[in-house]
Amino acid sequence: MLRDALLVGAKDLRVEVRSRVALNQVAPFAVLVLVLFAFALDPDRGLLASAAPGLYWIAVTFSALLAIQRSFAVEAADGARDGLRLSGLDPAGIFLGKAAAIAGQLLVLEVLLGVGVVVLYGTELRGGTVLALTCLAATAGLAAAGTLAGVLAAGLRVRETLLPLLLVPVAAPVVLAATKAWEAALDGQSDQGWPWLRLLGAFAAVYVAFGVVAFGPLLEEA
Amino acid sequence: MAPAIRMHRAVVLLGRFPALAGADLLVEAGEVVHLSGPNGAGKSTLLRACAGLVPVVEGEAEILGHDLRRHPRAARRRVGLLGHATFLYDDLTVEDNVLFALRAAGAGTAAVEAALVRLGLSGRLRGVAAGRLSAGQRRRVALAVLEARRPELWLLDEPHAGIDAAGRDLVDELVLEAAAAGATVVIASHELERAAALTPRMLVVSGGSVTPAASPGTLANTAAAGA
Repeated sequence: MLRDALLVGAKDLRVEVRSRVALNQVAPFAVLVLVLFAFALDPDRGLLASAAPGLYWIAVTFSALLAIQRSFAVEAADGARDGLRLSGLDPAGIFLGKAAAIAGQLLVLEVLLGVGVVVLYGTELRGGTVLALTCLAATAGLAAAGTLAGVLAAGLRVRETLLPLLLVPVAAPVVLAATKAWEAALDGQSDQGWPWLRLLGAFAAVYVAFGVVAFGPLLEEA
Repeated sequence: MAPAIRMHRAVVLLGRFPALAGADLLVEAGEVVHLSGPNGAGKSTLLRACAGLVPVVEGEAEILGHDLRRHPRAARRRVGLLGHATFLYDDLTVEDNVLFALRAAGAGTAAVEAALVRLGLSGRLRGVAAGRLSAGQRRRVALAVLEARRPELWLLDEPHAGIDAAGRDLVDELVLEAAAAGATVVIASHELERAAALTPRMLVVSGGSVTPAASPGTLANTAAAGA
């Protein structure tokens, strides 16, 4: 399973490096979302600073939608998804590989957006440990839930519009918990962030475990 | 030795409609079989069912001894399919596509170089992104995967389509070599003369069932009816 996950993850990342879609489209989109929030709330710099964690995680969620959509669009072209099924790869390995590749892209985006909130919102980054662990746990949860939603929508003609409808409600607890954990860390009260961090960890564990079991049947039905 | 393909009263649905309605098919290991029939008769669906890509919802279906309805993944590992799609990633190079397909199938990569040379994909082409290839070149890449992987059951859907004259001869060579090495080959094709040169066993897919062709003349009439 891990061999298959590495193979699929490396393939997906190689596709992204070659196509530069993440670099040229997803990253600029994510920064634009931050800029738009800044325009909308600019008259009240205090509000912008206090809302920064929530705005940051909303921007991450929107970017995740694009990354997930892209990950499954690649498999839709020229029957590539059938090629994956024919290969005999372990479906759990395919799930882990695709989720890991999405997570890798999101982590890079989160660093970029972190710089964005510092520059645009004047946020002072504190509680580095909680901030970093929140990013890791929330990213794992978003990537796992997103990969499941992606394969669920993959075989449908309306997949582009269906994916946000499937993912956003599921991702809401991640956005909430990650925002609360970041708020606590940025307020210098990291200890209050740990319960939210544990919730994020549990969410990620549940969706990774569910994906390992459910991805195969969903891939067959797609 | 188990037959390469054994189907008994197999039913395959496309949406709500039966593409195969109780089809019987027996292909022994090592055989080369030609499938003919009018457009839309179900040849491609039959090949995809044999590859485990569309489910057999009723009846019995075994591929190389594996029950397709219960263990499709086990069968897929031993099958190679050249379909209308080539399963290539546009942003990966020719070489990367072939290497990924072989590694995914758990096959060795030692034969990649020879396969690329054989299919005319060595030199500059090996580093070109698949998305920049012509349709014929893409089919050559898909054939290179089969040639390097050497599956036990080759399922070829219109393998000559979109390929130049030299490439079509090469396809025939690959089929004969695979058969000589003990593999089973099933070819769905409208190219009756080419197919007749490859195998005497011809089957007609029509009306959701598979029947032996009475003669090449029957096949020609069937093909004309579907044109």
